[in-house]
Amino acid sequence: MDFAFFLIQLLNGLQYGLLLFLVASGLTLVFGIMGIINLAHGSFYMVGAYLAWSLSSLTGSLTAAILLAIPLTVILGMGLERLLFRHLYQRDHLYQVLLTYGLILVFEELRSLIWGDDVHGVAVPALLNASIPLTDNLSYPVYRLAISGVCLLLAAGLYFLIQKTRLGMMIRAGASNREMVQSLGIDIKLIYTLVFALGIALAAFAGMINAPLSSVFPNMGSQVLIICFVVVVIGGIGSVKGAMAASLMIGLAETFGQVLVPEVAGMIVYVLMAVVLVWRPEGLFGRG
Amino acid sequence: MNSRLTNILPFLVAGLLALFPLVESTFYMQLLTKVLIMAIFAMSLDLLVGYTGLVSFGHAAYFGLAGYAIALMAPKYETISLWWSLPAAIGVCALFALITGTLVLRTRGIYFIMVTLAFSQMLFFIFHDTKIGGGSDGIYLYAKPSMNFGDVQLLNLEKLENFYWLVLVLTVAVYLLLHRVLGSTFGRALLGIKVNEHRMRALGFPVFRYQLASFTLSGALAGMAGYLAAAQYGFVNPEILSWHQSGAVLMMVILGGMGTLYGSVIGAFAFVLLQEVLSNQAWFGPSAKHWQLAMGIFIMLVALYLPQGLAGLSQRFGRKPVAEAADE
Repeated sequence: MDFAFFLIQLLNGLQYGLLLFLVASGLTLVFGIMGIINLAHGSFYMVGAYLAWSLSSLTGSLTAAILLAIPLTVILGMGLERLLFRHLYQRDHLYQVLLTYGLILVFEELRSLIWGDDVHGVAVPALLNASIPLTDNLSYPVYRLAISGVCLLLAAGLYFLIQKTRLGMMIRAGASNREMVQSLGIDIKLIYTLVFALGIALAAFAGMINAPLSSVFPNMGSQVLIICFVVVVIGGIGSVKGAMAASLMIGLAETFGQVLVPEVAGMIVYVLMAVVLVWRPEGLFGRG
Repeated sequence: MNSRLTNILPFLVAGLLALFPLVESTFYMQLLTKVLIMAIFAMSLDLLVGYTGLVSFGHAAYFGLAGYAIALMAPKYETISLWWSLPAAIGVCALFALITGTLVLRTRGIYFIMVTLAFSQMLFFIFHDTKIGGGSDGIYLYAKPSMNFGDVQLLNLEKLENFYWLVLVLTVAVYLLLHRVLGSTFGRALLGIKVNEHRMRALGFPVFRYQLASFTLSGALAGMAGYLAAAQYGFVNPEILSWHQSGAVLMMVILGGMGTLYGSVIGAFAFVLLQEVLSNQAWFGPSAKHWQLAMGIFIMLVALYLPQGLAGLSQRFGRKPVAEAADE
């Protein structure tokens, strides 16, 4: 493996990892703060990708499609929280699993009814449709670098929001003691709605920006969801920092795995998870 | 709970079911065979969810593993003997459950759900991505298992009613076995662990070992169901391991009423029949293709409004709760 090839794989791995972080961070926030397991999280990734595809073929620009789709997914998230998830906060995880499993079926069928079952490609925005030559015959697409950049920006924004703002303080307080926060006069319900919508918007956004790379296809959400579960287990529930570390780890492990040992690549992430479970059952950054 | 009725009722139902092939043949008998297989599967999960308090969302792993076990062990175009292949398939599942159990039981709650799901997906990808089990196409099983005694054929399982009776006998056997196990000291301890793990540990119970035993038994019984399912359909593909399978069986347990073994049987009946009705093209025309939409909505409604399942309905109508029958 020469250096240029290694560099390409490294960049691919980081880009994939950062994208996973967008989906997994929402998942881990909703777990950690609201105590809700959301199997349908991957469906929002799918919804994002399909919105990006249909809106970009409508408007002719992926950027415009993304700008239109983000408010839509936020509204969807808030609506679902109000309608469904709110009833499950105090219930056993079992019912959360069931409800969100039912939600996956509903989303998949609605997708099939609205958008059909075909695979669609999404064009890379013209501005980013270029590649940087590395050697005579190897080059790296600018769009992938742009995705990594956007993900890093969002990660920084998320860190700032949670650690440095007043809202972030309320979110953290709500995670550790719901009743206390409520009795201090903070509207915890509103905070939950916001966190849930944020998580869903992040997952949908990941689907949107990755649509040109992965294309858009049925059941695309469940694949991402399972990997994100592994990310959350490795990183520790509720830990955004852990989600970042685990996402990058998984992204690199899977990318290099597919190049070096393609036969067992599909298993690597699960082996990693098993090792972490033996070593630190609460996850790398989990509260033990 | 009037225990005499619960003691006789299963036999009464089983007796009626045993007569079924005399009145009906082919389609409904095959459907009923499927229902009974799913009932075994659901009972195995109920042991875990309803009695041990561990919500597994990856139970299809054991179901599918046994299916692949029989398909891989069977010689091509020849029958395989049930006598050794069924125990072997169950043994493989028990072993896999023992290994994964030692790992997943280090976690609780949401973690447990995610980790069991992840392990079943691992198995899914192994069979989907590698050539071991024919990749995504799966493997065909050209003949049903044989039940011979020496050179004499005891039961020809190629005949639908014989296969049906075998499945029925095994369903009753699993019910009785679990009934026995749950009534024993071991079963009481499991319920204790479900209610308060720390207290049971303080009382000196080896909690982890009890849970692992329950997990292994549950995986083994799911394996029995998977073996029968593979034998019934004559082929296996990765779908048998998919998380939709895990979701469906969990739904059966809840729908029937968890923590009641017969609830799992009722749940399997209701779920499989509902699936048949919703996907019936003669009734719903082209929209039957989208039957999962109705199923999804139904599942969500059950999660929101019927947490005790169908068995819990009798509670609403003034009868004594069945869900706590095992706690008496």
